[in-house]
Amino acid sequence: MPGEANHSSSPRAGDAIRPSGSWLARVDAASGAGAASCFGCKKCSNGCPLTFAMDLHPYQVVRYLQLGQIEKLEKCRTIWLCASCQTCLTRCPNEVDLPRLMDWLTETVFKRGEEAAEERVLLFHRLFLNDVAKRGRVFEGSLMAGYLLKTGGAFGVEALANARLGLRMLKKGRMKLLPAGTKDKAWLKALFKEAKEKGDV
Amino acid sequence: MFKVSYYPGCSLEATARDYAESIAGVAGLMDVKFNELKDWNCCGATAAHSLDHRVTLNLAARNLALAQGQAQPLVVPCALCFNRLASARHELLEDSSLIIDEIARLGTDYQSVQVLELNEFFTTPQMIALAESRLEQDLTGLKPVCYYGCQGQRPPAVTGKKDYENPQGLDRLLSGLGAEVLDWPFKTDCCGASHAVARPELVFTLVARLYQWALERGANCLVTGCQMCQANLDMYQEQISRQMGREVYLPVFYFTELMGLALGHQQTNKWLGRHLVSPRLLLENSGLPRGVWERL
Repeated sequence: MPGEANHSSSPRAGDAIRPSGSWLARVDAASGAGAASCFGCKKCSNGCPLTFAMDLHPYQVVRYLQLGQIEKLEKCRTIWLCASCQTCLTRCPNEVDLPRLMDWLTETVFKRGEEAAEERVLLFHRLFLNDVAKRGRVFEGSLMAGYLLKTGGAFGVEALANARLGLRMLKKGRMKLLPAGTKDKAWLKALFKEAKEKGDV
Repeated sequence: MFKVSYYPGCSLEATARDYAESIAGVAGLMDVKFNELKDWNCCGATAAHSLDHRVTLNLAARNLALAQGQAQPLVVPCALCFNRLASARHELLEDSSLIIDEIARLGTDYQSVQVLELNEFFTTPQMIALAESRLEQDLTGLKPVCYYGCQGQRPPAVTGKKDYENPQGLDRLLSGLGAEVLDWPFKTDCCGASHAVARPELVFTLVARLYQWALERGANCLVTGCQMCQANLDMYQEQISRQMGREVYLPVFYFTELMGLALGHQQTNKWLGRHLVSPRLLLENSGLPRGVWERL
């Protein structure tokens, strides 16, 4: 890494951040998130319900973007764990749209076909979107079955626990047996055509 | 007779059938006619906005187009669908260049569509007064905390909510119907929503926190107007209770179910019978009439 020798006395020389301004303006322009106006008050992170599971706190996501460390953001778990509860945006004094920034980052990782730090979250999103692309509506039953098959196999621990839950839901009349969809599908085909050509969904 | 448009969303056809049925029941009792949008499509939910901004906008744009020229407002019972439609509308008013021709052709007068969350629709002073005037069965004995969740409230620039940090609508409605509604600080906290599938342990942590606070306040049930909140609070209660090392018994009602109960709808027990946490014991101990709980 360039300049590494100069920092050899520092214990974390290899991790040193070399700020770059090139990403901030690009991502703000593309996403509309407005990350440039963050002054680091951390209200976003104090209100976030999911920090306990995140590897980067929300304010750190913004800060890393300001410093141009885009790779760090694309590889973090946080962007997949954000539940879009909108608390951060609502309380931000500068109206930084963090949920939008998280979405922009997950979309970027997904469209490049790169591995997600939270593979299962991405898998579920993909199967969900596949279902929408097929019918125009989501059929919860087959979506869950498809997800469980891909993650643990039909007889995995998780699949069995979910099958039990599924049976209880079925008995309570909370499972639909046949999928529904929109009658008109021309718009659906047109909408997902481009995405499919790119192999996205 | 109030005539409005209605967008149910995919969950109301399956896991939230109890919600859908109770909405239809309450509509009859409250002189409301919900006109379901013809051939509506999925809002795309979390998946679409996480993976493809263009797709999420287009999915919403089609539904908004279908609502143009129909009775307003467009009432949405699912908090996530509501948020997706309202967010897209907000953005489309500024810029609709991502909308494909096949959908733009259906109409682009997004300004004319007024997207409203169901619980807001039923908690105006006028609606609450109407519900109170038709009260048949006091909800005595029920001590709920109202759980509004996040998607219906935030961000206020999109949802149009004024009391988004401490919403009051359901509290007022249910107090008016005789329940002893308790205040609590978790009204709009997140339940983890669709993480229940891929990262259930996150949802369990968030929901355990909600249970703990509800119990601490002395609540004996939870009331919600969001089918994801209801599912996360109702479906895993046994499991989460075990993890907490504490016995949790908190039936999770949709506010429309309690309206049905209070206004004397005959099908109320059918809706309540679909819950995984049976409210029977609670209703029986609350001294509510046998007809409401005996077949649960």
